[in-house]
Amino acid sequence: MDILYQNLLAFTRYDLIMIGIGCLLIYLAIAKEMEPSLLLPMGFGTILVNIPFSDALTGPIRELYEAGIANELFPLLLFIGIGAMIDFGPLLSNPKLMLFGAAAQFGIFFTLCMASMFFPQIDAASIAIIGAADGPTSIAVANTLGSKYVGAITVAAYSYMALVPIIQPPVIKLLTSKKERQIRMPYEQKTVSKKMRILFPIIITVVASAIVPQATALIGFLMFGNLIRECGVLESLSGTAQNVLANLITIFLGISVAFNMTADQFLKPDTLLILGLGLIAFVVDTAGGVLFAKFLNLFFKKKINPMIGAAGISAFPMSGRIVHKMGLEEDPQNFLLMHSIGVNVSGQIASVIAGGIILNLFS
Amino acid sequence: MLNFLTAAAPELFFEPANFVQNLRYMGIGMLVIFVIIGVIILATTLVGYLFSDEKQ
Repeated sequence: MDILYQNLLAFTRYDLIMIGIGCLLIYLAIAKEMEPSLLLPMGFGTILVNIPFSDALTGPIRELYEAGIANELFPLLLFIGIGAMIDFGPLLSNPKLMLFGAAAQFGIFFTLCMASMFFPQIDAASIAIIGAADGPTSIAVANTLGSKYVGAITVAAYSYMALVPIIQPPVIKLLTSKKERQIRMPYEQKTVSKKMRILFPIIITVVASAIVPQATALIGFLMFGNLIRECGVLESLSGTAQNVLANLITIFLGISVAFNMTADQFLKPDTLLILGLGLIAFVVDTAGGVLFAKFLNLFFKKKINPMIGAAGISAFPMSGRIVHKMGLEEDPQNFLLMHSIGVNVSGQIASVIAGGIILNLFS
Repeated sequence: MLNFLTAAAPELFFEPANFVQNLRYMGIGMLVIFVIIGVIILATTLVGYLFSDEKQ
């Protein structure tokens, strides 16, 4: 009988709070459908690692963490799946859209400055990458830099990605007039050749890696996945990468990230501050994209709807869809989807490059 | 609030001067990202031009 209540008495209030947080993540995943594929495994993993004397923490979760996250393998493998899912067609029809992806990374570097007021440089850089709005990049960068806040950074990155429909619209509305939001952008359908689709991932990999070698793995795996998709002779591999590989890695990634979700690592004022800084990163990213579009409008005769700049935040494909939806709300005949999705995929590329730049500067 | 945070978490500090010191990383980071994206746009446009006659 002693064994029964001795274990029960070992629970601290902090363990119980963390189990509560785990349940909250599961609730958000199921009831609110907020990034369920990641928040649910993460929530359950949080419960597993906060049970006193848990053999899950010292056994399989630690092993998975060491095997797949400590060496950045899982985020990189997930990138193969993500790359295989992305259609760069809308972007290749109008390559200039990539500029918005670059502009919308401003939040990362602004947050770096903000976070450096409270955290050592390495942790500040890791926190800033929440603004990449891209979970695997956040995990890979924070891990490579050796930040002790990987758990909080991951939770912030994925939570805010799920909250993009709530975060972005007020920022966009605040920075644009109704007239600007009603700007129509007719989509000119252009044929993108197969050779172009095949060469694009190779060009991106070579250019980005040559300038920022620390981005080679991140951008290379993403583009490798895309090459599998576009080459036309690996349908089976492409399907596997998009479905089986991505799903399998997401399960392992989610549950093993929870290794960092123990009470002693997570229940600190630092975590609250990281969540606040993550929100700033998302807001400034959105503002950066919108303001850049407004800036370009000063010079262009053919006006750009500034809302599409907000889709450069990455958070693919939610951000692109939100911009399209907002365009329709202002003018039911304004179809921005192809433009916003083009900007959105460019945000995916730019966020990975930004991650590489952060690594280049601080690792 | 800031005092509360730094008192509750001794590892944290509050150094507003760090914001200014790190502005150079903001400048370098944004410059590099625009240069890379610019080169990619040029290369993509060039390749698109070279293979523009091929139908999908």
